[in-house]
Amino acid sequence: MKQEEINDKGRRDFIKTAAIATVAATACGSLACSCSSKKATTGDKVKLLSPNGEIVEIDSAYLKHEEHMAIVSKLEAREGIAGKKFVMVVDLASCKNARSCVSACQKWHYRPKETEWLTVKLLQDSEKAAPYWFPKQCFHCDNPPCVKVCPVDATFKRQDGLVLIDNERCIGCKFCMAACPYSTRVFNWDEPDQPFDIRSLTSNPETGIPAKVGTVEKCDFCPDRAREGLLPPCVEACPNGVFYFGDENEDTVSNGLETVSFSQLIKDRAAYRYQEELGTKPRVYYLPPKDRAFPVEKGYQDADSAIKERFKDYKDLLEAKE
Amino acid sequence: MELNTYQQEAFDYQRKNIETYGKRAWGWTVFYVLCILAGLYALYLQIAKGHGVTGMRDNVVWGLFIVNFIFFIGLSYAGAIIAGILHLSKVTWGKPIIRLAQFMTLISVIVGPIFILLCVGRFDRMHHLFIYPRIQSPLTWDVMAVVTFFAGSVLFLYLALIKDFSVYRDAKLNIPKWKQKLYKILALGYRGAASQKRHLLISQNLMAIIMIPLSIVVASILSWIFGMTLRPGWHSTIFGPYFVLGAVYSGCGLLIVAMWFYRKMYKLDYYFTDRHFKYLGYIMLVLAAGYGYFTFSEYFTDWFGSEKWDSELIHKLFSPAEYGWWTFFANFAGIILPIAIVAIPATRKPGPITLVAFIMVIAMWVKRYLIIVPTLETTLLPMQDTRAEYVKYAATWPEWALTIAGIATFLLFFTVMSKFVTVVPVSGLEDTHTQHEQHQLQHEHH
Ligand code: SF4
Ligand code: SF4
Repeated sequence: MKQEEINDKGRRDFIKTAAIATVAATACGSLACSCSSKKATTGDKVKLLSPNGEIVEIDSAYLKHEEHMAIVSKLEAREGIAGKKFVMVVDLASCKNARSCVSACQKWHYRPKETEWLTVKLLQDSEKAAPYWFPKQCFHCDNPPCVKVCPVDATFKRQDGLVLIDNERCIGCKFCMAACPYSTRVFNWDEPDQPFDIRSLTSNPETGIPAKVGTVEKCDFCPDRAREGLLPPCVEACPNGVFYFGDENEDTVSNGLETVSFSQLIKDRAAYRYQEELGTKPRVYYLPPKDRAFPVEKGYQDADSAIKERFKDYKDLLEAKE
Repeated sequence: MELNTYQQEAFDYQRKNIETYGKRAWGWTVFYVLCILAGLYALYLQIAKGHGVTGMRDNVVWGLFIVNFIFFIGLSYAGAIIAGILHLSKVTWGKPIIRLAQFMTLISVIVGPIFILLCVGRFDRMHHLFIYPRIQSPLTWDVMAVVTFFAGSVLFLYLALIKDFSVYRDAKLNIPKWKQKLYKILALGYRGAASQKRHLLISQNLMAIIMIPLSIVVASILSWIFGMTLRPGWHSTIFGPYFVLGAVYSGCGLLIVAMWFYRKMYKLDYYFTDRHFKYLGYIMLVLAAGYGYFTFSEYFTDWFGSEKWDSELIHKLFSPAEYGWWTFFANFAGIILPIAIVAIPATRKPGPITLVAFIMVIAMWVKRYLIIVPTLETTLLPMQDTRAEYVKYAATWPEWALTIAGIATFLLFFTVMSKFVTVVPVSGLEDTHTQHEQHQLQHEHH
């Protein structure tokens, strides 16, 4: 009985400390950037623990709600959300390389322009076939080659289907990058450039931030948002409703404009998974580019020159039809 | 410990090598240390600025460091297999070269893994390999393999050295006190008593029996780091034996080079005879043929099957605009040349054999590069990247500096070891010369 009480108290203390520590980290971060904006102080002082162990007292006006606060423990982040099985469907017929998804992803994860967890490729299945735009993120494979090879369990598969990375455990061996056949993963070759208040956050596999030098990262399907019932930013940002995100168990997916039955959608539109023959069992389904909403050249013509440069090998194909 | 006259002679002949370090050795040592210092500067840059200073990027995630790792580790496994077989077999001509093979084993298994440390993004977290090991990963297998192998090769070499240490201890060498003391400790009180002799021999045989299959296992595991992925050119069932053979082959070449070098430097013609070059040359020839056969099977199957991904790789490897010339060099200098030189009686001499062996070792390094880099440059999805360094790998100077530093470390170890123990083992030696050789060599020897 006594023992239990002590344990319980211990746990409560632990939770309290943990909460203070996280708030402190966030607050100190925001302190640095909000000082200049001369906020009206409330006179309400809060005691906080700074990252280097000092107790500091600051005005509550400087506390800001941090969207990316890790909401679960690392252990929970490894377990996943019970009862869920996340899935994505990408409608290739509606994509016009608008790249709103790419920027939304970069913004949400505080990643620089060169780092694309989500990217849009131009594919052409065979010489005579029509090319099409192909948004590609991590497929969160059910038989993930990347997870199989990680020597320290830094990249792992959760019960809700997600493949995530603990960038505080990753040793940067890059074996997972060599193993992923879809070139999904990106490496922090140099000290990642990110805002100060992000850098001081506690890293969590569910948020993917802050990025750490010498470690791997990739698309995470934004589980921190899923926990709050929000769609990933790429899904929300797409003007053409290309991405459908949802739960296979509930059999619903939504692109932010409509919510449909997952099984019906993939049946009606003859969905396929990219390179199924590799046996990786992706959790991302593609709807073939039939009856397109936009001509493929549109995505090229509207792109800025840096993006155009990427597709210079297909220039004849894309410009001839102008 | 008692030596017979032949062994005594071998010892007396070599004692000056371990008594003094010598001007030449000092010169080389300084040179190697300078190379290593340059490497350390490159390492400092890599740590301070990040791995961006290397040529590795998101597509080609592994470069020179992994190539060097495979290269050195291969030499190491080869040394163990060769030394193990020579130890167990009854052929007496092999005894004088066992030690060189064992040197190679131990030194390369020290130098090789350094390159893994250089390659990983966070070597400050290497302990994660031990506190969060994940047994399913081929990399974890490799960590276990290398650690086991390292322990094995230390033991194997040490057991072979105990008798010699007792000889050095008893010989009243003109050396500093600490060195004398060290020999005494390392000799473990070996006096050559019958029971000591027996125990030592049993342990040595046991280690040799363990080391041969162990080398095969660990070389295969090394290959599986690549073979277990789905990449073209890597995902191949023959990768295990292919790597084993490649390792032994390059190791045989380096052994010939080392033999030639020490024969020249320490005038060991009496122990490393022309016959040694000829025999190792034959072994090299057989291995070259085997390696050529594997290489051919690999390329031929991929080319004939002509799957999209594989064809793309084969095209890269053979097109002169990409890796064509390197592929030509690796296969010509790495397979055809050694076969030709050893096969033709007129060139079956220490000089030409050593030269082709040396070129072959370089070709085998290039071959490893061709295994690693072009495959990583062949992605399933088109790269469509405008950043040139992401599309094609080009090693940067810090990578080269660290590579040179690695080679310098390898040679430095060799230099130091050959000043600490005799290059030709003294105690295990038997007179193996043919009448004719004896006649000829005795003449030069004295
Ligand atoms: S797409 Fe690549 S990174 Fe994502 S789960 Fe599959 S293998 Fe892993
Ligand atoms: S780079 Fe990190 S996540 Fe990838 S395999 Fe190595 S330790 Fe695991």
